Amino acid sequence: MAVQPQTSKNPIIRFLNMNTSGQTSGRNLPLWRQLLLQLVAIAILASVMFPIMYIVTLSFSSKTTRPSQLELIPKEISFVAYQQVLDKPTGNPVTFIELLRNSFALSMGVGVVALGVAVTAAYAFSRFKFKMREVMMILVFIPLLMPAVGLSTPLYLLLNQVQVKECKGGATAIQPFTSCDEGDRGKLIFNLRDSLLGVGIAMTASALPFAVWNLKGYLDTIPRELEEAAAIDGADSNQTFWQIVIPLAAPQLAVTFFLGFIGHWQEFVLTWLFLSQPKDYTLAMTLYNMTGQYANSVPWNRFAAMAVIVALPVAVVYIALQKQIVGGLTTGSVKG
Amino acid sequence: MAVAKSSLKKTKQKNAILPYLYLLPAFLIMGVITFYPLIYQVIISFTNFESKHLLLGLKSPELEFIGLKNYIDIFTAALPVENFNFFRVLEFNFWWALSNVMLHVPAGVLIATLLNTEGLWFKRLYRAAYILPVVVPPLVVATVWTNIFDERYGAMNQLLTSISMAFFGGTDPVYIRWFEDVRPPIPGFLPGAPLTLAYYAMMIANFWLGWPFMSVVATGALQSIPKDLYEAASIDGATGSQQFWGITVPLLRPAMIPAAVYGFTLSFNLFNFVFFMTGGGPARSTELLVTFAYNLVRNLRWYGVAAAFAVIIFGVALVVFLITNRITRATQNYQEA
Repeated sequence: MAVQPQTSKNPIIRFLNMNTSGQTSGRNLPLWRQLLLQLVAIAILASVMFPIMYIVTLSFSSKTTRPSQLELIPKEISFVAYQQVLDKPTGNPVTFIELLRNSFALSMGVGVVALGVAVTAAYAFSRFKFKMREVMMILVFIPLLMPAVGLSTPLYLLLNQVQVKECKGGATAIQPFTSCDEGDRGKLIFNLRDSLLGVGIAMTASALPFAVWNLKGYLDTIPRELEEAAAIDGADSNQTFWQIVIPLAAPQLAVTFFLGFIGHWQEFVLTWLFLSQPKDYTLAMTLYNMTGQYANSVPWNRFAAMAVIVALPVAVVYIALQKQIVGGLTTGSVKG
Repeated sequence: MAVAKSSLKKTKQKNAILPYLYLLPAFLIMGVITFYPLIYQVIISFTNFESKHLLLGLKSPELEFIGLKNYIDIFTAALPVENFNFFRVLEFNFWWALSNVMLHVPAGVLIATLLNTEGLWFKRLYRAAYILPVVVPPLVVATVWTNIFDERYGAMNQLLTSISMAFFGGTDPVYIRWFEDVRPPIPGFLPGAPLTLAYYAMMIANFWLGWPFMSVVATGALQSIPKDLYEAASIDGATGSQQFWGITVPLLRPAMIPAAVYGFTLSFNLFNFVFFMTGGGPARSTELLVTFAYNLVRNLRWYGVAAAFAVIIFGVALVVFLITNRITRATQNYQEA
């Protein structure tokens, strides 16, 4: 191995490639040190695996009682808990498929809308010089400083004012544009705040500026030579954008989408605040329902099964994209 | 090249409106769902907005503009909420973020260094397994750890029981009320904001969650340190620890400081985790700014106060950003110099 292993700039690539640059250099670890370090490494491994094994073991247990003994290795592989969770996830008449659909609809919807709208704005910020550019960029940055909870109050109040009502005469009124006659409060048919659409809008409110900012940062790193070449060949800006920039940015678009997806999949603040009808619940909300103050009636094995189900998509996405995720989060800093 | 540039310039001049067209969809949508609510929030923060004003909003006849009363109430702890003191929460919030990062970064670096040892067996296995906590959603982590710290059935008390029985001859099961005990186990540790057992339980759980990310970043940076530096150092007779402090630590700094800043911001606003584990309790001793803000909207429904609180959070976030941004920039300059 005379050839130096190729060192990637990305920490994760190096991390996985790991091909033990040490072993080639010929220095041997003394056995006693090896054993000592193995001991430490195994202890760390145990601490990492402890909660994971605890919950996995619980989820495969058929016992509905709370665990009185600490078990970290499944004694039985029973899918009873999974079956029950899939059959009837909550006390409410709502199926697992509906919960899954709600979670997916929210995560996908917000991700697609935010990204689709953000990409042109990010392109404008990255490639054009124009008046008010700095001001507009600061405008986009301001919402990023605000934690999601911080924006929830006005969104709650504003979305709550959009209601569809059935008036006494049979007419429908859409507040705040039209309302029923004086003295007639009407029958509430639809409250935007208390709907998946409303929550989606509220989530987009902070997802959109984030997507603009994130994509702008990435577009800045794409070299302009290709675009300049296209301009020489007579392509106009629109053609350049759709035929050159979008394909080049596609990987980052995917990463931004999945980062958003992970976040929205776990979204709890807005959903729990806005939604009141069990049919709109998401998987994350259901998991919360199974623990804490509401947990007394829920068997632990079912809670554990639900936790595994909620965690799985995130884990899969994360493992598949980890090099981009860690790379993206520390871009500009880990340059070696 | 000159031709290319001039032609590019021409297209740019032709398309003076183009950037605005590209920006239009995003700004239209953000105008309605992001910027308008932000402004609305500031307006609401000067009113006594409550549940009864929900239907009519600002047009509600009984809605009063009460000036800075909401802000003053928050700062002077005049809100009729038990155990709430803004500055205690703020202090705890900063300490919480700081103490987490102070543990995660060194642990991450140490473990990355351990795994970078030449000739260590099963390196890849360890590296793959150590990343697992990053992969589990914080929401699930928090719920799992809540159950681990359950006073009667949780794994932690069971573990402590078996340790005490095996090594210390204990006979009674250990029964620690992690989330209920309000007495600080180490009195006076953080003056002004007593740290309860719940804080330590959260620290343990969040440590589990936090160090692997730092370790991944540190591993990347470690592998970019040229090996000859160490060889030269050992020829010069530097010991292992001298090499660690003299080569490894300084060269890791440019990578670890942005990671630490990121970790700080993340911990500072760690809503899901704290809300799920303690809900801010007991006696609001583990309340963060974000969890209290949530309480104001969701449970107390004082929308005016909640809006004022959110404006304050924005101010705090701005200060934190300006500080951390300066730290990150400073290290970048150091790196480029």
